[in-house]
Amino acid sequence: MLRALPGYAAAAALLLGCATVPSDAELRAKAAAVLRVSFNARGQAGLDRLEQDETQRACSEYAPKPPPAEVASRIEEQNLASIRYPADGKLTGDWKNGERIAQEGRGKQFSDDPAGPVGANCYACHRLSGTELSYGTIGPPLYQFGKLRGFTEDTRRYAYGKVFNAQAYAACSSMPRFGHKGILSEQQIKDVVALLMDPQSPVNQ
Amino acid sequence: MAMQSRRTAGVALAALVVVAGLALAQGSAVDEIAKYREALQDGNPAELWELRGEEMWTVPRGPRQVAFTRCDLGLGPGVVKGAYARLPRYFDDAKRVQDLESRLVFCMVSQQGYTPAEATKVTFGDGAARRSDLEALTAYVVGQSRGVTMDVALDHPRTREMYALGEKMFYYRGGTHDFACATCHGEDARRIRLQELPNLTTIEGAQKAYTTWPAYRVSQGELRTMEWRLYDCFRQQRFPELAYDSDAAIALTTFLARNANGAAYAGPAIKR
Amino acid sequence: MADPMKIRASLVGDSTEVKVLMNHEMETGQRKDAQGKVIPAWFIQNVTATFNGRTVLAAQWGPAVAKNPFLAFKFKGGAKGEKVQIAWTDNRGDKRTDEATIA
Repeated sequence: MLRALPGYAAAAALLLGCATVPSDAELRAKAAAVLRVSFNARGQAGLDRLEQDETQRACSEYAPKPPPAEVASRIEEQNLASIRYPADGKLTGDWKNGERIAQEGRGKQFSDDPAGPVGANCYACHRLSGTELSYGTIGPPLYQFGKLRGFTEDTRRYAYGKVFNAQAYAACSSMPRFGHKGILSEQQIKDVVALLMDPQSPVNQ
Repeated sequence: MAMQSRRTAGVALAALVVVAGLALAQGSAVDEIAKYREALQDGNPAELWELRGEEMWTVPRGPRQVAFTRCDLGLGPGVVKGAYARLPRYFDDAKRVQDLESRLVFCMVSQQGYTPAEATKVTFGDGAARRSDLEALTAYVVGQSRGVTMDVALDHPRTREMYALGEKMFYYRGGTHDFACATCHGEDARRIRLQELPNLTTIEGAQKAYTTWPAYRVSQGELRTMEWRLYDCFRQQRFPELAYDSDAAIALTTFLARNANGAAYAGPAIKR
Repeated sequence: MADPMKIRASLVGDSTEVKVLMNHEMETGQRKDAQGKVIPAWFIQNVTATFNGRTVLAAQWGPAVAKNPFLAFKFKGGAKGEKVQIAWTDNRGDKRTDEATIA
């Protein structure tokens, strides 16, 4: 299970020589360096997952505070530009598949079969259908998402974009960027949008 | 006569979910789960790990046949009482800040003569066939701090730095899902599914969480340590595998342990 | 050889309260391992508690009892300083006997 004891050598060296109080930037750089020597690649989770993209770096930098307004709008612009809408112009798929994707918690963990299912695990954080009582509260409730907002093309487009890249609309949102990070396929995002937007979906009952 | 049973526990939890559904009051489900935990507290199998660890403590071990009674957890060689409530801390002989589990590995390597690979061969146990001495030793040592007030000092600059690094790591977003520790543990009264999440950025949240690890996990039938807790959080964060005894594990533990200062240590606990 | 039990016995009024933690896998025979192979059943079948040569509790257990079982019971009588013995046997024929002094 264990492939390295980084604590014994590399990281200890990194921590030497710090008589003065380090700046916030130095501290962040050192924390990132210590993380790099504290993990082992395993299964589908390589060490590259510790390398932050610009959005992750900016959001970590200001946390727990939100980033300043100009940084937030830059994050939102960049993430908005990443959204790819389906070439066929159809934004919704099958809500029944969407419900399965919303219930599925597996995917991308080092303990998951790389050939196995990858879900969105929506229920971990959101209330969706009225009948599923085991839902989390990290995100806002989405029960009656379409019914409350109207079953319009604009709302479908917003829902697709939000699932594809939540940070296009709210910088440093806690929600994963399912399309941008390649967690869900285009068809899976369509199915999740159907779960939110199909008048027949249990979300809208 | 009372018996715990996997089936009974499962049925009880399922019943709680139904009750919550009828009342549409999620708060009551949380209360009922708390009652379930309380009922399990009497007869916590963690004591079996404590017992095994206690027996191991005084027995000469390893190539050099040295017992843990020579191991200094910070309060002098062999002193176990209250030691956990003051860890992590900087150790001069190791030239490093160490948590309890790192310190046990250090004693196994530097005093008992094991190689680091041997000392950490089984960090997290899996049934009768794959038992972890480290889990048993940890259970014993933490049990000897039960009721002791958490008192982690940041008087050494290296411990202070580890705390600061741990805080930065707590907010470090990465991986495929952009998750940080703070994603789940940075706000009050949040849940994943029906599991309530401690807000580890508050004193009360850190105290409640830190003082109830290590714990016997009924769902796994195993005693799990703080290093395991961090390891499995990072797995769910979609990060790579956290190395046992790594500086990231120690930094985060320093951050959490220090934030728990002032609370009475209450482990090893029992959790679902 | 199985690991020891943890037994606590205390006199409460005219009864002795006994609490026992046993170290056992209590495998149901219903579970499969990662390769899909059934993990064979392995569980405690018989438990007896003895005080002064007299059986004060006899139980037959099955695979529904949890891993690392906890058993609590009371019996009439007992005295401080005297001993209670607990014994179990499992379906593989493994056995274990431990005792505790009544406090």
